[in-house]
Amino acid sequence: MDNIDRVLVNELQDGLPVCRRPFDAISTRLGISVTEVTDRIGKLLDDRVLSRFGPMFNAERLGGALTLCAMQVPEADFERVTEQVNAFPEVAHNYAREHDLNMWFVLATERPERIAGVIAEIETSTGCRVYDMPKRDEFYIGLKLPV
Amino acid sequence: MVLSETDRKLIASIQDGLPLVSHPYAALAAGLGTTEADVIERLQRLQDDGMVKRMGVVVKHRALGYHANAMVVWDIPDDAIDRVGKLLAAQECVTLCYQRPRCLPDWPYNLFCMIHGRERTAVLRRLAQIIDANDLGDIPREVLFSLRSFKQRGARYAARPVRAAHG
Repeated sequence: MDNIDRVLVNELQDGLPVCRRPFDAISTRLGISVTEVTDRIGKLLDDRVLSRFGPMFNAERLGGALTLCAMQVPEADFERVTEQVNAFPEVAHNYAREHDLNMWFVLATERPERIAGVIAEIETSTGCRVYDMPKRDEFYIGLKLPV
Repeated sequence: MVLSETDRKLIASIQDGLPLVSHPYAALAAGLGTTEADVIERLQRLQDDGMVKRMGVVVKHRALGYHANAMVVWDIPDDAIDRVGKLLAAQECVTLCYQRPRCLPDWPYNLFCMIHGRERTAVLRRLAQIIDANDLGDIPREVLFSLRSFKQRGARYAARPVRAAHG
């Protein structure tokens, strides 16, 4: 990743306009061709610096549902429970964190009423209680992680 | 807003990303049997209605050198949560800030924010600055660093494939 890539990633974090030639403005600002902009984005995706380039959907507005869940998993069972939880297609992210509640994952479902069902299935399959913490409010972030 | 069949096809066709060409919406239009102008108009409407937040990127924090990722959770009186939530969200390196329900008695925290940094000491230093500058020292809180990430992808919906940015 060189300096142009860094500036490019920072610019992309602000979002692209929806217009016929969305890469033109960024290409002018960076002083490189549109082809070089798209080639560099492709390379950043191939190199897994970016995991995604495109629309950021609002799942709730599209009729789906999201929630953050936590579990207290005994250390000896951690690998087994991780496999069981990750096997659910509704599990989007899963992190081990340093706390008594040591497994944190995001559930995403096509329909809101499915959340409770998935949680019940996870509790049955793992034997661990799931703490359900859906978003109540979101505070707007300026979306900046300078690189 | 009611999504039409074409809207759904459009969403399905871009959920894995925009075509990396100079006229991406013309490329999409060809596959959908419509025009470039129609695709742009539909996407603008989806953005205006908040179904699409923006055209952007999801960065892999670790690949960018942000190796420390802390979820900082706060137990804030309900009448102060709006003020503190907005204040935390405005801080550099805070990447998410959500109000969530407490799960009493085990979990008293109702405000969650993520702080990313190149290493743990940097995250903790940044947090200390935020607390100090905004007089948040009296608010009960915990810092939960991530140890491992087992699964990281956009949300997927089997029947109606769509990706979400984050939980």
